Amino acid sequence: MIKVVLPPHLKTLAKISGDVDLEVSGPVTQRSILDALEARYPMLCGTIRDHGTLQRRPFLRFFACEEDLTHESPDAPVPADVASGREPFFIIGAIAGG
Amino acid sequence: MSKVRVLVGTRKGAFILTADGKRDKWEVSGPHFGGWEIYHVKGSPVDPNRIFVSQTSGWFGQIIQRSDDGGKTWDTPGGEKMPKPGEFPAGGSNKFVYDATPEHGKPLTTHQWYDGTQHPWEFKRVWHLEPSLTDPDTVYAGVEDAGLFRTTDGGKSWNELAGLRGHGTGPQWQPGAGGLCLHSIILDPKDPKKIYIAISAAGAFRSDDGGKTWKPINQGLVSSHIPDPKAEIGHCVHHIAMSPKRPGVLFMQKHWDVMRSDNGGDKWTEVSGNLPTDFGFVVDVHAHEPETIYVVPIKSDGEHFVPEGKLRVYRSRTGGNEWEALTKGLPQCDCYVNVLRDAMAVDSLDSCGIYFGTTGGQVYASADAGNKWAPIVRDLPAVLSVEVQTLQ
Repeated sequence: MIKVVLPPHLKTLAKISGDVDLEVSGPVTQRSILDALEARYPMLCGTIRDHGTLQRRPFLRFFACEEDLTHESPDAPVPADVASGREPFFIIGAIAGG
Repeated sequence: MSKVRVLVGTRKGAFILTADGKRDKWEVSGPHFGGWEIYHVKGSPVDPNRIFVSQTSGWFGQIIQRSDDGGKTWDTPGGEKMPKPGEFPAGGSNKFVYDATPEHGKPLTTHQWYDGTQHPWEFKRVWHLEPSLTDPDTVYAGVEDAGLFRTTDGGKSWNELAGLRGHGTGPQWQPGAGGLCLHSIILDPKDPKKIYIAISAAGAFRSDDGGKTWKPINQGLVSSHIPDPKAEIGHCVHHIAMSPKRPGVLFMQKHWDVMRSDNGGDKWTEVSGNLPTDFGFVVDVHAHEPETIYVVPIKSDGEHFVPEGKLRVYRSRTGGNEWEALTKGLPQCDCYVNVLRDAMAVDSLDSCGIYFGTTGGQVYASADAGNKWAPIVRDLPAVLSVEVQTLQ
């Protein structure tokens, strides 16, 4: 089970209060995590990555295990501790905003 | 007894202000969607408890919200339903994808950028939502970069009416200072096939066939930066308004100049008259007197606040040219707010109510067509839009 931590605005939008536990089938990558997240919470489609290109939205970043994974390939395996559920996958939305 | 419900979009959330027909005691609900920019909130004329919201964020993009109970609860249309196993997630309510299919002619891929080069069309946000006058599931959306979208399923999915961008002048459109935004949509109550829209800084356009084909309606507009007096496009139209009681007579607040057209936009004439300045953003029409119109003059394009520190609504009872300042109850010193293009509305009670919101966070109301004003609320975030519903 993968644990995902969403920024507060996306929790409100998805009508959830805590973190998200996701079942991800196959290799655990950024793409498979986001696919599973959007499948479970369709209202999040387009808020983290573009509808068409699936590119990450510019002001969002991905962190896990004290590492910035933002610029890793979406198809690269995430750290083993994320894949095993020991560490959460963070989606951070507040780095910029001025 | 009649009620009014004022729908306010601000930089940091939406607010709903309600009062009975006297319009002297108000209840304030909100913020709804706190922290998000709410460009527009508008209810369906067919089903007033159905309200649509454009909720946007530089971080998370565009969201469409809908209420079916007058703003008590909200959902993202279609997105609230958990998909069944193996079903692809919906999430289409916030999906605005430009139509560049070959069926609509050559691909509509670029418009003019500030430096004169061509720039790809990029969806940024929904500026204006215009619910259908006859169908609660149909809504038009004006977006940045300028395009017109429509939903016919209550906001679950949106499709572009690509004939607007594709009618021929699209590649020459260029953004105004606020972006290349389609901000005004007017549906003709007598002719369901007639639609008027306006774009900064391309101009006004009209469709006579329900949005399939379009033509620019900018003859008579004069903009100092455009040498050609017959230029079809390039005018920075800030807002257009029309009385539903007299379709075809349009009023416009342009970047500079207040204009009117008596023939559906085919020809415009200036009616700025004795205004202290004819720069501004809003223009609206009295609900029962089609020749009574309202503007809020702003000092200049370089100084977006009211002149002389005085917040004055100007009213013309002659369809323009002759204007009177309405000041009673409005601050007349040290006031430096703006009133943005979608931030004025009128109710349809017998004594017509006028409402507007400022960038200082005040929402003012007049229950007597502008003679006297009072603030409903004073300290909201900067107001982006104001709409009002008259409820029986």
